[in-house]
Amino acid sequence: MKRQIPLLIVIILGFIFAIHTFVPHKASADFYDWYQTWIKALSPFMVLLGIMSLFMVNTAKIQRKIPGWQYSVITLLSLIVTGAVGFIWGTQEGTPFMWLFKNVQMPMGATMFSLLAFYIASAAYKAFRARSIEATVLLVAAIIVMLGQVPIGMAISKWIPETSSWILNVPNLAAKRGIGLGVGLGMTATSLKILLGIERTYLGGGD
Amino acid sequence: MSFEAISNFVAAFFTLSIFSFLYKDNPFYKFAEAMFVGVTMGYAIPLVYYNTFIPFVYRPIFIEHNFIILIPALMGSLYIFRFSKNLSWLSRYPIVFGMAIIGMGVPLSMHAYVLVQMRIAMMPIDNINTFIIFVGTITILLYFFFSKAHKGVYGKITNIGIWYMMVGFGASFGYTVMARISLLIGRIQFLMGDWLHLMK
Repeated sequence: MKRQIPLLIVIILGFIFAIHTFVPHKASADFYDWYQTWIKALSPFMVLLGIMSLFMVNTAKIQRKIPGWQYSVITLLSLIVTGAVGFIWGTQEGTPFMWLFKNVQMPMGATMFSLLAFYIASAAYKAFRARSIEATVLLVAAIIVMLGQVPIGMAISKWIPETSSWILNVPNLAAKRGIGLGVGLGMTATSLKILLGIERTYLGGGD
Repeated sequence: MSFEAISNFVAAFFTLSIFSFLYKDNPFYKFAEAMFVGVTMGYAIPLVYYNTFIPFVYRPIFIEHNFIILIPALMGSLYIFRFSKNLSWLSRYPIVFGMAIIGMGVPLSMHAYVLVQMRIAMMPIDNINTFIIFVGTITILLYFFFSKAHKGVYGKITNIGIWYMMVGFGASFGYTVMARISLLIGRIQFLMGDWLHLMK
């Protein structure tokens, strides 16, 4: 029963929502509004789960004194301090909370992603060494698109931005459409499997 | 030292700490990484509290006395049982309640990702570009049809699909690289301009 009742909730509510898409009746719309209100009331607790998970993982590392446990202390301290600053001084512009965002979180986030520029370049070199005709096509398309986005591309030849635009609007569109259709069919099939109770992994393990 | 200079110094310290990973993994990077995780999560807590908990849980229950909201609030609190060995089954209730929306996903994903895309794909072939797009869409779909072996003439047709996909992946890759380079330029501009004042 610990698995069957949740499964029944998904199937019954899922079919109601599937019908709702086809029946724009007021009762159906009201039911959907009610559901939205409940989901909004439920959503803050998901963040609570994330915080608890982070605390449990890091406190376990600290208690066991596993190598690098000091960094877990830093993670927990920065979490507590940032959260407390937000509650004490508020989250408006000009508060210490926004100072932390602008001078700690945002620079680190941008730098972390900019690091990928180096790794993506070395990964590209390893992956694209034009070993086959397909890899060459990928490499040439990537180079033209990259050059087409920057002034140097225009300086080399006026054809580069035009070719880049053509690649994006024609063969790239065909590729995205073909892949998109496959993804759409996959999404529909997976949704159907969940709705019919065939796919149950989201229930987790145990009884 | 002005407040702005101190702020820039802090931001520059964390920027350089993250960049130090390019040399090798080191305590400065690990410190910044741990701090980033904590600050990011800590940043989310007050925002979720003020933007979600207060308007959708606290206000309806304690100010508007709409006590029915106690049910989803209590259901939401069942999430924490995910960490209990014996009571983890209780956490399935908030999960399945959210999962139920999948019912809308079946017709909507079929509509948005399949039917609409098919309708757009079935446009008149009146120039070379529309012909190229048509051939690309068909050959890629044939490539994803695995019930028939990709051999002979069929294999050659699916190979054209692979070429199209390679162009698509190349274009996506190019865009991703440019986005990352743009972020890198932003950080270099900050270090050289705002922090060191070496450029205007």
